[in-house]
Amino acid sequence: MQKSLHLDPAKCTGCLQCEMACSYEKLGEFNPSRSVIKVFTFHEEGRFAPYTCTQCDEAWCLRACPVDAITMDMSTGAKIVIDDKCVGCKVCTISCPFGTINYVQETGKVAKCDLCGGDPECAKACPTEAITYIDANATGYDRMKAFAEKSLPSANTSA
Amino acid sequence: MSWTRKVLRVNLTEGTCTPEPLNMEWANNYLGQRGLATKYLVEETDPNVDPLSPENIFIMATGPLTGTMASTAGRYSCITKSPLTGAIACSNSGGFIGNEFKNAGLDMIIFEGKAASPVYLYIENDLAELKPADDLWGKSAWEADEMLHAKHQDPNLKIAVVGRPAEEGCLYAAVMNDLHRAAGRSGVGTVMASKNLKAVAVRGTKGVKGLENPDEFMKTVTDGKKVLADNAVTGEGLPAYGTQVLMNVINGVGGLPARNMRDVGFEGAENISGEAMHEPRTSDGKPNLTTNGACFGCTIACGRISTIDQTHFSVKDKPQYHGASGGLEYEAAWSLGADTGVDDLDALTYVQFVCNEDGIDPISLGCTIAAAMELFEDGKIDLAETGGIDLRFGSAEALIAVTEGVIAGTPFGKIIGMGSKRVCEKYGAPELSMSVKGQEFPAYDPRGIQGIGLAYATSNRGACHLRGYTIASEILGIPVKTEQTESDGKPELVKAFQDATALVDSAGLCIFTTFAWGMEDIAPQIDAACEGDWSVDKCLEAGERIWNMERQYNNAAGFTSDDDTLPKRLLKEAIKSGPTKGQVNRLGEMLPIYYEVRGWTPEGVPTTETLERLNLS
Amino acid sequence: MRHVIIGAGPCGVVAAETLRKQDPDSTIILIGNEPIPPYSRMAIPYFLMKDIDEAGTHLRSDDFYDTHNIQYLGHAVENVDTDLKVLTTDDGTEIPYDKLLIAAGSKPLLPPIEGADLPNVHNCWTIEDARQIAERSHSCLEVVLMGAGFIGCIILESLAKMGVNLTVIEMGDRMVPRMLDDKAGGLLEKWCIEKGVNIRTSTRVNSIKEEDDVMIVELDNGETIQACTVISATGVKPNTEFLKGSGIEVDHGIVVNTNMQTNVANVYAAGDVAQGKDFSTGNYEVQAIQPTATDHGRIAALNMAGHLVEHNGSVNMNVLDTLGLISHSFGLWMGVEGGDSVDIYNEEAYKYINLRFGADKEEDVLVGASTLGMTQHIGVIRGLIEGKTHLGVWKSRLMKDPTRLMEAYLSCTQELDNVV
Repeated sequence: MQKSLHLDPAKCTGCLQCEMACSYEKLGEFNPSRSVIKVFTFHEEGRFAPYTCTQCDEAWCLRACPVDAITMDMSTGAKIVIDDKCVGCKVCTISCPFGTINYVQETGKVAKCDLCGGDPECAKACPTEAITYIDANATGYDRMKAFAEKSLPSANTSA
Repeated sequence: MSWTRKVLRVNLTEGTCTPEPLNMEWANNYLGQRGLATKYLVEETDPNVDPLSPENIFIMATGPLTGTMASTAGRYSCITKSPLTGAIACSNSGGFIGNEFKNAGLDMIIFEGKAASPVYLYIENDLAELKPADDLWGKSAWEADEMLHAKHQDPNLKIAVVGRPAEEGCLYAAVMNDLHRAAGRSGVGTVMASKNLKAVAVRGTKGVKGLENPDEFMKTVTDGKKVLADNAVTGEGLPAYGTQVLMNVINGVGGLPARNMRDVGFEGAENISGEAMHEPRTSDGKPNLTTNGACFGCTIACGRISTIDQTHFSVKDKPQYHGASGGLEYEAAWSLGADTGVDDLDALTYVQFVCNEDGIDPISLGCTIAAAMELFEDGKIDLAETGGIDLRFGSAEALIAVTEGVIAGTPFGKIIGMGSKRVCEKYGAPELSMSVKGQEFPAYDPRGIQGIGLAYATSNRGACHLRGYTIASEILGIPVKTEQTESDGKPELVKAFQDATALVDSAGLCIFTTFAWGMEDIAPQIDAACEGDWSVDKCLEAGERIWNMERQYNNAAGFTSDDDTLPKRLLKEAIKSGPTKGQVNRLGEMLPIYYEVRGWTPEGVPTTETLERLNLS
Repeated sequence: MRHVIIGAGPCGVVAAETLRKQDPDSTIILIGNEPIPPYSRMAIPYFLMKDIDEAGTHLRSDDFYDTHNIQYLGHAVENVDTDLKVLTTDDGTEIPYDKLLIAAGSKPLLPPIEGADLPNVHNCWTIEDARQIAERSHSCLEVVLMGAGFIGCIILESLAKMGVNLTVIEMGDRMVPRMLDDKAGGLLEKWCIEKGVNIRTSTRVNSIKEEDDVMIVELDNGETIQACTVISATGVKPNTEFLKGSGIEVDHGIVVNTNMQTNVANVYAAGDVAQGKDFSTGNYEVQAIQPTATDHGRIAALNMAGHLVEHNGSVNMNVLDTLGLISHSFGLWMGVEGGDSVDIYNEEAYKYINLRFGADKEEDVLVGASTLGMTQHIGVIRGLIEGKTHLGVWKSRLMKDPTRLMEAYLSCTQELDNVV
């Protein structure tokens, strides 16, 4: 069974442990600005929303890449940026309608969630189970993804 | 290393921002934040300096763990000489700006001098510059925050800012950050504003790295997080009720003062308690509490995010207060509520919001209003003086009117902005100021809880619960239960709490971790992150060193053992009813023992032997 | 089934890849007009800057075509006979097809200027162009670049990084006039000048002469610039000449329907050469951008494989990195009549964001945007435009502070309970 990240805003306290865990895993430093999972704060509403790539089937980023630098990890379903191949053209960043692949000025390349090879550090660091890595079917993840995607008519073109 | 080893020195008179290396010898003795910044203050200023003069310095400092994944490690402190007390001031704040300083590569910022006209400091990693803030001056902290975010088009910019009362000289103005977190006590915001420094806006993306032993650090961090999660206070009580979990508890044990400490026990406590914040209101069916929110890296998440009933008289015509914002914490709920006799949860939440909006310490504000209420009821202040406010205990309208007056800078508002000591002196009843060294009390009655009285009396920044939180032991039984009305053993308890707290405040961690963490949980995290030996013993010694350094500063500033005292009311007027009926605080018994335990002379001066032992001579 | 694809850019390669998935037993022939493996023009600037070697520009690994059983031919197609269903390449080979996809891309326009055909006036369009420019500029101090459009700006970055003294001549009144408005274009110009590039906007080149190996560029303002190389980036046009007499209808580009079919049976067109549907306007236009090319290629291939899939239109969008200043434009970035707009402009920090909303029933729908200096979560602009997401209360919040775009996006597209 494929697993996926389940993000539950109602449980999030906005502590950013996930952002630190992510940057520590990828860079060996605590640097929330470089995390590929982000927590957004809705101040007036008193809400916090963790947000990252849903590893969508359409894989807009992968398809838009002109140099074949984004591939799929067959074991996790994650779409992965191959740093050696990425030239930093940023076409994927405008193609992804979820805004979850970003250009990193420091490296001249793009970065996105790769599910840490199937053991996501953000989920392990989350103190409130706002981020969990569980069976895709059981997550309500599909519901969340469908919600985001239903608004995209061109997503209907996938055969 | 975990220190960035970089200090930014900002000379406001000259308009210069100059980086310099951190003094690592001092860092190895004083760790960071509270301890290390105080060392800089001690070395660089005359203890007799006028706090609001350009010669005073103002420091913003992080700890070595700030910005790391250790739970709660997002703290920073403002260190200066207090205009409220004339003693050392160190006010600690959470939110997110501490991490941002660290990610910009800074351990500390030292502000010297005074700008000719209003400025703010803008930092983006290695770039630091002073920019004109004429347009921000005269604006609330929230307005200035919004303007700076819009100007820099950066939602990730973190901002520390003072509000209008700080500009007007209110002596207990706070430095606000991230909208509703505050370096709240002792008037650190007043000092910042006195330098014509309106705000510090910082964006850091450099990463916090170079820990001494990263693998060991991550292991100790994970262990530490588990201890917090498994503890009833940090794992359940604080997330659910925040510090407001204490309101009913403290009231129940006869430790909750009321009406300027005239009484102990507040009949309206339940209405303003953490439990009450969960109760759906009749008007819209929503509770006061929207959710709990965390500061940077904090796995406890005690922060209250609240809304006010939109039909409540305080906000019904003010839609700007209808959204969620930082709500009541226990100390503020007590000072604004029980101490003024007001049990209207929405009124208190509104006052909390405006304290955040404009940067005022709600403890000092509530206590000063409470003192003024007693003066009013005693006939020492009349309606003409208050500007027509019927300043009686229990009046939510009066509480709100006076608060709005402090912000607007009305004549009576400016008087209230001087703090209870000066207010009570002005109206001829100095004994009615419930303060030590000029700083107002927090929410625990020293008659009903003996140790906290000694902690208040000897706190280096004036009355404060955060300098030695003996409530943990005396009420909650952490780490061991001591009898609240017993004075025996309390000097030793107070010293232990004071020393441990000084170290925690110097590390970048939140003191609330110590409900669950002992030094044996904390020291390994510091030791793994920092070079050198940070064993439990070394940590406690550093804590004691910091405490003694602060004491020496205060002594040099003219404080004596006569200032280590409590208001007469707490020493003479016995509690009239309730579980602690008949109690007064027995400071006279505890203080000499405390001095002895500390290795101080009977006059409260550290002995040469003590100073040598602590490497302070 | 025999699928033939003319053009081995991203559109053609994605089409071939999609066809292989959909129609495993078919014959697929991919024809490029250069004798090298299919590569990406998007990668040329990085090749020019030596960030990558030539293999780094390749669209797929070199064994991709063999392992996917795609025949690749490096020849130009000279003629298409749609009656006989056969095409002829420049070496006289005749290639029959059952279904044909024309994804021939575009080619650079030579400006109507005296001397534009001199050997030392280069386009920067192919790998071969890039090789020559790299070689020539190696020993070169002065370079003139004609055109500060999208492609001009990409080359500008590479040239400036090569360390030459660069002068850019743009006849429009600002840089990238087809992607950026006055404010953004002006800010970009200021940025380039600060980085040491000479920029002349509202200026035309009158003539180019060569004397003793020195190029002399005469401008319409009377100024004369000496250079060792002149690079032309004055625009591109769809590559359709070889279709003369084929009966395939060509307007600005090849006319297609929403299934990417041309007017001729079994012939499809996609990418820069096709006049596909624009999402925002509903009109059929040549967009000539990478994401549209790959969208087209995929949809054309699905239709060729027998799936009736409609193309709902592509959002026109661009991203540009000019000496480290990143700019974007999406959809109707110039706005629509009756629609609100908001911008913040920070000259000092080189930041700009401009949001454009629709009119009437779409007054709370984002229809276009342009930005300068933004890199995070930029794709949600596409998401909001293409989703025609009604922003509700967030419209007024964005009108007050357009940088809160991500919050608006999350609130309107994710289930956040209390968040309105």
